[in-house]
Amino acid sequence: MRYAMAIDTRKCVGCSDCVVACQTENNVPLGFCRDWVVEVVDGTYPNVSIELRSERCNHCDNSPCVRCCPTGASHFEEGGIVLVEHNKCIGCGACIQACPYDARYSHPEGYVDKCTFCIHRVREGKDPACVSVCPTSCMYFGDLDDPNSKVVNMLKNRKFKSLAPEAGTKPQIFYLV
Amino acid sequence: MREELFASGRNIPNIDPYLNIWHWQIPIYLFLGGLAAGILFFAGVFTIMGKAHKMPATVKKAPMIVPFALIFGLFMLFLDLKHKLYFWQLYTTIRLESPMGWGAWVLMIITPISLLWCASYIKEFYPNWDWKFKFLNTFEAWVIKNRVIVAWPMTIYAVILGIYTGILLSAFNARPLWNTSILGPLFLVSGMSTGAAIIIMLSDDHKERKIMGRIDILLIVIELFFIVHLFMGFLAGSEAQIDAANLFLGGKFTAPFFTFVVMLGLIFPAVLEIFELKGFKVPIYVPAILVLIGGLIFRFLMVEAGQITRYLY
Repeated sequence: MRYAMAIDTRKCVGCSDCVVACQTENNVPLGFCRDWVVEVVDGTYPNVSIELRSERCNHCDNSPCVRCCPTGASHFEEGGIVLVEHNKCIGCGACIQACPYDARYSHPEGYVDKCTFCIHRVREGKDPACVSVCPTSCMYFGDLDDPNSKVVNMLKNRKFKSLAPEAGTKPQIFYLV
Repeated sequence: MREELFASGRNIPNIDPYLNIWHWQIPIYLFLGGLAAGILFFAGVFTIMGKAHKMPATVKKAPMIVPFALIFGLFMLFLDLKHKLYFWQLYTTIRLESPMGWGAWVLMIITPISLLWCASYIKEFYPNWDWKFKFLNTFEAWVIKNRVIVAWPMTIYAVILGIYTGILLSAFNARPLWNTSILGPLFLVSGMSTGAAIIIMLSDDHKERKIMGRIDILLIVIELFFIVHLFMGFLAGSEAQIDAANLFLGGKFTAPFFTFVVMLGLIFPAVLEIFELKGFKVPIYVPAILVLIGGLIFRFLMVEAGQITRYLY
């Protein structure tokens, strides 16, 4: 089992619903976020192209954050989901330094926090909150090892990229382009 | 032209607009670690070589400050932790993949060794010192008799500690400025140079100062050589690495780096030390203090600048 997400940059309208849904679902403290929307504009007017990406922890296969954690607080759960065990985290910040995506932050209570792929919902068979609220349904969540999953289907039929693959982290969020 | 912005708005403290999760505590921790490593290395090496009696400040005096430096350094690391009450978990886990993990263990080993070393010399400074318990006196007698046996692990762990202060940074692939294997040797040499500077300051013996002065000049030359290599490697690297090097070669860290680290912290003290060896009267405190300040600023700049550098996508 390998959980992954495919996000259609051509369908995303940048409404930030995913961000708000995540903050609500996960009680993210004010001023922080576990996911965010990036707008990339290339070229000069009138010849411009735009790409909208809903970004979050990439739940990498080769996670530098898990590798550098001195206490084992950052670890892999089922399906390759990268989680932080709050009671084991000493807040040293090594994982924040290690993440090329700046996907982690220091929670005001001291431990490091980040996207969990809404593991509590996934265990109940639901989609993560961001995926389930998306008004354009541009996000797909599923198991890469299941040939019938939506993610596998999208990745089969569309061109896609991942972020900073040169960092060697093997990210598991794929952007359909 | 390319423009990138957070459409959803994002201004997380210490992460945006650029990372600043490690503040002043970490550079001080790295500086003290390097300094302690340098002193213990020289104390160990001269003891193993059988020249302890010729190098009183190196072997006896300077190591006295090492336990304080190490414990204060660990305290700095503790201050940097955001989840402080859970710090003890560093020592209930062994994770060799994590530089911070094994570094904490190295400190846990070398701090008692340095305490043992100091305890074995304490009667030279306080002749009336009494350990109160008989077994402690017996143990002290054993250590004094077998200093070379203690010196070996101390020297080896000192080198590991010195390299660790660099590897702690260089293990982070995500920060291109840090992600170079030369950082380990560079921090080791820099730490040894600061250790030598402390020894020079504490020494009353002219011959000892001369030996340590020569060693320090050599270390400074090696350090300059490593710094040139550091930037050469970056400039021949990927775009992220070229950007990282440019922070020091024209960017906002250029002036402090070349003024305080390269000129005042390395070249100028080396020149002063050469003058002293040639017989000119140079107050020995000047080059030594410059080396120490240069080493401290070097770590501040590397920690700060490294956090700014990142992969762009």
